[in-house]
Amino acid sequence: MSAKELTGTQILMKVLKEEGVDTIFGYPGGAVIDIYDELANTDIKHLLVRHEQGAVHAADGFARASGRTGVCFATSGPGATNTVTGIATAYLDSIPIVIITGQVPTQLIGNDAFQEVDIVGITRPCTKHNYLVKDINSLERILREAFFLARTGRPGPILVDIPKNIQTMKATFNGPQEIVLKTYKPTYKPNVKQLSKVAGLIKNAKRPLIFSGGGAVLSGGSEALTKLAKTMNIPVTSTLMGLGGFPGTDDLWLGMPGMHGTFRANMAISQCDLMLAIGVRFDDRVTGRTDDFAPNATIVQIDIDPTSIHKNIEVAVPIVGDCKIAVEKLNELLAKEEGPEEAPDRSEWANKIKTWKETCPLAYDQKDIIKPQYVVDTFFKMTKGEAIVTTEVGQNQMWAAQYYHFNRPNQFITSGGLGTMGFGLPAAIGAQMACPDALVVDVAGDGSIQMNIQEMATAVQYNLPIKIIILNNRYLGMVRQWQDLFFDKRYSSTTLDHNPDFVKLAEAFGAKGLRATKPEEVESVLKEGLEYKGTVIMEFVVDREENVYPMVPAGKAITDMLLV
Amino acid sequence: MSEKRHILSIQVDNEPGVLSRIVGLFSGRGYNIDSLNVAATNEPHISRITMVTTADTAIMEQIKKQLHKLINVATVHDLTESDYVQRELALIKIHAKMDNRSELINIVNIFRYKIVDVGPDHVTIQATATEDKLKAFIELVTPMGIKEIVRTGSIALYRGN
Repeated sequence: MSAKELTGTQILMKVLKEEGVDTIFGYPGGAVIDIYDELANTDIKHLLVRHEQGAVHAADGFARASGRTGVCFATSGPGATNTVTGIATAYLDSIPIVIITGQVPTQLIGNDAFQEVDIVGITRPCTKHNYLVKDINSLERILREAFFLARTGRPGPILVDIPKNIQTMKATFNGPQEIVLKTYKPTYKPNVKQLSKVAGLIKNAKRPLIFSGGGAVLSGGSEALTKLAKTMNIPVTSTLMGLGGFPGTDDLWLGMPGMHGTFRANMAISQCDLMLAIGVRFDDRVTGRTDDFAPNATIVQIDIDPTSIHKNIEVAVPIVGDCKIAVEKLNELLAKEEGPEEAPDRSEWANKIKTWKETCPLAYDQKDIIKPQYVVDTFFKMTKGEAIVTTEVGQNQMWAAQYYHFNRPNQFITSGGLGTMGFGLPAAIGAQMACPDALVVDVAGDGSIQMNIQEMATAVQYNLPIKIIILNNRYLGMVRQWQDLFFDKRYSSTTLDHNPDFVKLAEAFGAKGLRATKPEEVESVLKEGLEYKGTVIMEFVVDREENVYPMVPAGKAITDMLLV
Repeated sequence: MSEKRHILSIQVDNEPGVLSRIVGLFSGRGYNIDSLNVAATNEPHISRITMVTTADTAIMEQIKKQLHKLINVATVHDLTESDYVQRELALIKIHAKMDNRSELINIVNIFRYKIVDVGPDHVTIQATATEDKLKAFIELVTPMGIKEIVRTGSIALYRGN
C-alpha cells in the first residue's frame, strides 16, 4: 500500500477539512456507520439532531448565517428521504449545502435491499446537482466538485450518495486540485455595455426604484447596493429573501413588496419609471398579476442565473452576472460618467412616497388582547434590531418580516421559496453554531413549531441559547386567514385545540418556558427570555383571529390591496 | 404567442442519469417532448440528444436556458433557427397479401425505401426520410393495414460547417 492510499471515509474527512468544514449536522445509521467512526478521529464538531430534516435545515441555517457551505450527514433509505424537504428548501432559496448520504453497498443497489432508496433519483429535481459514487477513485474528485458547485454560480444544495462498500475501499489521495468542469461556467462578469446603458437610465429616471432580492444578499452585494441607492438617491424595496440587503431603518427603505408588502412598496412598483431588479426572480408572491406589475417601468434585471431572466416578467435590459460585481461596476460607471445637464427633478417622486408612507403605514391596535405584531415590534425594539431572526412559515413569518427591521444581510433566515413549516427551529440551531455570540431568535407559530419540535432536544444538548417566540393563536393562522377572507370563515381543519402546554414542553426538554397572556406581560416575558442563558420558549397567547395586512389576494394586481 | 416545432441538438456528458435529468426537467416544468433520440458520438465522453419539442418563443428560451443550467449539458442548439438536415428512420410492418403486395412494392420504390423483411402476410419496410415525407408515406399505406411501426425520432445536424 502506498503511503497516500486512504479509505473512502478518510478521503471524505480530508476533503471536509480542506474545505474548512468545522461543523456537521447529522444522524447516524447503518450505511454511514463507517463515516461516523472516522469522524470520531477528527476535531469536526458534530451535532446529533433528532430528525434528518432538522440536520438539513440546521446546515442551511448555518450557511445563511455564516455565508459558508453547510454540511450534513444522513444514512440510506429513510434517513435520506427525510432530508428531501430540507434539500428542496435550500434549493428554492439558493443556499450552498452539501448533503452526504450513505447508500447500500454497490452490489446490492437495485435489489430493494434493506434501507435502500434511490435518493439520487428522488433529489434530482431539487438539487443543483447530485452524485452517486460508484468508484472509489472518483470519490475525491466528486467531493471537491460538490463543494465547488454548491458555492459557485447560483449556489444550491449538492447531494453525494456514498455506498457503504465505497466508504471502506482505498484509493490514492491526490490533494487539492484545480476543478475543471467543462460544462459548468457561470457568468460572473456582467456585460459592461449593458451596464453603461443602465447608468444612463438611472441618470435620466424621474421615478427610479431598486427592487433587490436574495441574489443581492448571497453575492455579498449589500454594501454596493446600499451605496448605489444612497449616492443616486433611489428608494429600495426588497423581497423576503432580500431583507437585510439594504438597511431596514434607512429613509430610502420602503419595506417588502408583494402579497403582504407595504402599501408604499407596492405603489412604488406600480408607478416607478425605472426598476433596477437585482438578484430577484419575480416570484408570484411578489408580482401578483404579472401584466399589472410595474407597468410604467423600464425594467433592468441583474441575475447570475440566466433562467431567472424573462421567466415571469419581460425585462428591457437583461444583465447576466454576479450582483455584487455588477452593482460595484455600475457604481464605478456612475461615478465616472458626466450627469445630464440638469439632474432630473425627483422631488415629486420623493413626495409621493412620503405621502404613501404617511397614509398607510404598517399598524396594529394594541388593546386588551396581545397582538402578535406588538410582540414582534417590542422584540425588535428591545433587541435594537440586532438579533439573528429565523422564522417558521405563515403569519409568524410575515409579521417578523414586517415588524423586525433588518439592517444587515444574513440576519433574517427564512424559508422563502418553498415555505417550509418547521424550518425556523433547526435553522436557529445552525445559525447559533455559525454565530455563537449572537442572539438567535426563532419567531414561530404554534402550528409550525410542532413540525420540528424534537430539535429542542438538540438545542438543549449542545447548550445552544436560542430563543423561541411562539405566537400562539391556536390556529394554522395563515390558512385560517384565507378561509376567513375567501371561504366564508369555514375553518376547515385549521383549529389547533389540542396544542401541548408549551411551557411544560420546554421544561420537559430541559429548557426554560415562559408565557404571556396579557399585553402588560409581553415586555417582561421578552426581557426574561432574551436575557436567559439557555434555550427558552416564550409563548404569547395572541389575538386568535388577527390577520396579516396589507394583503393582495392571489392573482390580483399588487395595487389591489386589502388594507385592514 | 404561437407554438412552433423546434429540433434541439444537445451534447451531454456520457454518464448515467443524464437522460433522466433532461427528461425530468421537461416533465417537471411541463414542457413537451415530441420525440427523443440519444446515442454516443465520435467523442467517447459525449453523447448527443436530439429532441423535437413544440413551444412558443418564451418557453423555448426557458427550455434552452434550463438545459444549459444542468451541470452535465455541454451545448444546446436549436437547429430550426438555421439551415439543417434532418432524418428519421422507421421500420413499418404492413399487411401484405398477394392482392396488394405489388402495389405496396411500387409505393416503396417511388419513395426509394427498402424492404427488409418479407413473410407470407407481411412486408417490413425500412424508411429513412424527413418527418413530413414519412408522414405522407404512412398515410398512403395506412389503408393496407399497418401491423406495427417503430420510429427513431428525428436526428439532425446543421448544414455546412
